[in-house]
Amino acid sequence: MEKTKQQKAKDFIINNGVIIVMFILVIYTGLTSDNFLTRNNLMNILMNMSSRLVIALGIAGCVITAGCDLSAGRMIGFAACIAGTLLQRIDYSGKFFPDMQPMNVFLALIVVMAICAAFGSITGFFIAYLSVPPFIATLAMMEIVYGISLIYTGATPLGGYVKSYTDIANGKFLGISWLIWIAILVAVITWFIFNMTRHGKYMYAIGGNPQAAEVAGVPVKATMILIYMKAAAMYGLAGFMLGAKAGGASVNLGYGYEMEAIAACTIGGVSVTGGRGKVSSAIIGVAVFELLKAALQYLGVDANAQYIAIGIVIFVAISLDIRKYVAKK
Amino acid sequence: MAEYKLELKGVCKSFPGVKALDNVQLSLRPGTVHALMGENGAGKSTLMKCLFGIYRMDAGEVILDGKKIEINNPDEAMKYGIAMVHQELQPVPARSVAENLYLGRFPTKGFGPFKMIDHKTMYAETERWLKEVKMDFDPKAQLGSLSIGQMQSVEIAKAVSQQAKVVIFDEPTSSLSDNEVEALFRIMNDLRDKGVAMVYISHKMDEIKRIADDITIMRDGTYVGTWPAAELSTDQIIAKMVGRELTNVYPPKENKPGEVIMEVKDLCSIHEKSFQHVSFELRKGEILGFGGLVGAQRTELMEGIFGIRGIASGEIYMHGKKTRIKHPIDAMNAGIGLITEDRRGNGIFGCLSIKDNVGVSVYNKFLKAGFVLDHKKINQVVDDSIKKLSIKTPSMKEHIANLSGGNQQKVIVARWLANDPDVLIMDEPTRGIDVGAKHEIYEIMSDLAKQGKAIIMISSEMSELLGMADRICVMCNGKLTGEIDQPEEMTQARVMGFATKF
Repeated sequence: MEKTKQQKAKDFIINNGVIIVMFILVIYTGLTSDNFLTRNNLMNILMNMSSRLVIALGIAGCVITAGCDLSAGRMIGFAACIAGTLLQRIDYSGKFFPDMQPMNVFLALIVVMAICAAFGSITGFFIAYLSVPPFIATLAMMEIVYGISLIYTGATPLGGYVKSYTDIANGKFLGISWLIWIAILVAVITWFIFNMTRHGKYMYAIGGNPQAAEVAGVPVKATMILIYMKAAAMYGLAGFMLGAKAGGASVNLGYGYEMEAIAACTIGGVSVTGGRGKVSSAIIGVAVFELLKAALQYLGVDANAQYIAIGIVIFVAISLDIRKYVAKK
Repeated sequence: MAEYKLELKGVCKSFPGVKALDNVQLSLRPGTVHALMGENGAGKSTLMKCLFGIYRMDAGEVILDGKKIEINNPDEAMKYGIAMVHQELQPVPARSVAENLYLGRFPTKGFGPFKMIDHKTMYAETERWLKEVKMDFDPKAQLGSLSIGQMQSVEIAKAVSQQAKVVIFDEPTSSLSDNEVEALFRIMNDLRDKGVAMVYISHKMDEIKRIADDITIMRDGTYVGTWPAAELSTDQIIAKMVGRELTNVYPPKENKPGEVIMEVKDLCSIHEKSFQHVSFELRKGEILGFGGLVGAQRTELMEGIFGIRGIASGEIYMHGKKTRIKHPIDAMNAGIGLITEDRRGNGIFGCLSIKDNVGVSVYNKFLKAGFVLDHKKINQVVDDSIKKLSIKTPSMKEHIANLSGGNQQKVIVARWLANDPDVLIMDEPTRGIDVGAKHEIYEIMSDLAKQGKAIIMISSEMSELLGMADRICVMCNGKLTGEIDQPEEMTQARVMGFATKF
């Protein structure tokens, strides 16, 4: 059956509803307020997007396997705190390790990501081998990581970073912040993993039908552990990036980001029932989120009311998205 | 009063790619048991699900007591006094018998809008209804703690308690012991005396002859006819069900069984009630059929061999070498493939493309630099198998969920062929697919056997078993009860004899 033009247009609107609404909002905001569509402001939005995208890409792997990761937010705070303690100036008065030379920035990043990955693999172990539902396992890890951050830092905020660390946010390459370059690099690597490696294909298979994956000879358990480990390493990177951008960190950094990341993924089209989702979904979702926040701010919407707007967008976006998959009886 | 309690007329129902029901009719007289018969996939359960409002029929009408009615969901069906005892029971095993009986219509007490559940009445009433069906277990017992037969009595008690005037039994005896079957028949006779019209779906001829008053036969989703049960002999029933010469359906046996390739010795499940002490041999180029009733533990045995289910003891030899299989990956490395019975449940990845459905098992083999997928080669393999198995699809990017059952099955076959196994286990390979596709699957199996692959085929369709297998093993209740290796001895009676050797 050939679809009529009208039907096609209708399908297009339903399939891309969120993006269309987003464009309208951005254009409207651009026309009504002078400073919205400026290079500076757009760069700023991209900077905000960069760390959010890294988190969303990490969590996307969990969501594609019909899981989730509630520990992301706390893991980000933890990572930012570790990075902070390793990269303070030697002459900073409130230095956490007073006599320690600041570590090499890249070495510190590797340490942070490795520690997070270790915690992520523990979560993965409980999910894969002991069949703890991801929601509960990551909830448990969220509590544990938060406790460790509190004990480690004594709940004191960190600051006085070496220039080489803050330069990751302030420094530019080809006129674009390093943070944005990092996000682009992570997106490319994630795309490669999702599409060009066995691990990616196994991930989709497990998300699509875990029983069938087992029968088809997919190493389900190892794949699950790797997914949560990889995700945690990415939260580590995101925490590192946020610390660089803020020039400081506290244990509460990143709190609630996991929910925004899950929401962004689903808005972009990663299905919470598993098996569906691309790198572009996470990018679209994060872009929608950050553009929405910025546009609402420029339109002068009350900061508190913005939460309501975001909630409504999630409702509408997911309802539209799910229409693509729910078969009519 | 109308002659018929309930009539179905001109019922049509299509699923994507398959016309499941085509102009089917059914007329139930009050106070009778009406047997609905047909091969697996003939559309019996689909028809009943349409009647019960689980599926929406594309066309057709339901007439109850001479009046046309419309049933949109099971709830409405129950309000009209139509109840169904499902093929797969759909209760809530973690809750009590009484709660299951009154699910959705709990007795309440209280004032005005402040209602709470009246547990006392619920338990008392449950006890009464259980007595009605000659059962006397505790209404507070957890449903999951009962046997399948007892659970079924609860379902029947539920139907009786709703004053159902039409009760559908969808293969109720497939997992019952003899005593439980007797109990069921006593209840059915009671209901018949009370004027209840019953639909009885079963494959067991002796039961049909005992209990049925009328017989309606269906074939490939169409209506064949209705006769008084006394007028039809068992052979006539089978002839009408199959409706074609058996000899033409199956490809000629041109494969030559060779040396032993796989040997299973004394294999026991970790579950006492599952397969125990099973031994058999499989030869190169052979199609070994596994017959038996539903619940004979054939699927469990194969899943045990494939490393999905736990093995307590026993050995598996591949090419004469003892092989330890603890995970499907071990089985695949040993050269075994498994096409599962429940295609939707653990066969296909519905939301993935044909390419990914084929590729998932072979991505290991197509790598560049050790870890980068070689999409070009994978595409080639998938493309080849689409052509070779004539899978009907616009492209390999199509989601497998959009294909018909037969084409989905071919995709699964392609997945395993890409793996090049020596032994391919096919569990109910033609379940739920239409006749044309069935024939194609048979051709594929025959070709594979000619190429020297060894095939194990579990089948509950007698004609398929007799038509395809070179040798037949029959299981009953977890044990291997017989093996038939002489072609002239392969008869329905022999197989059924072994299958019911409890």
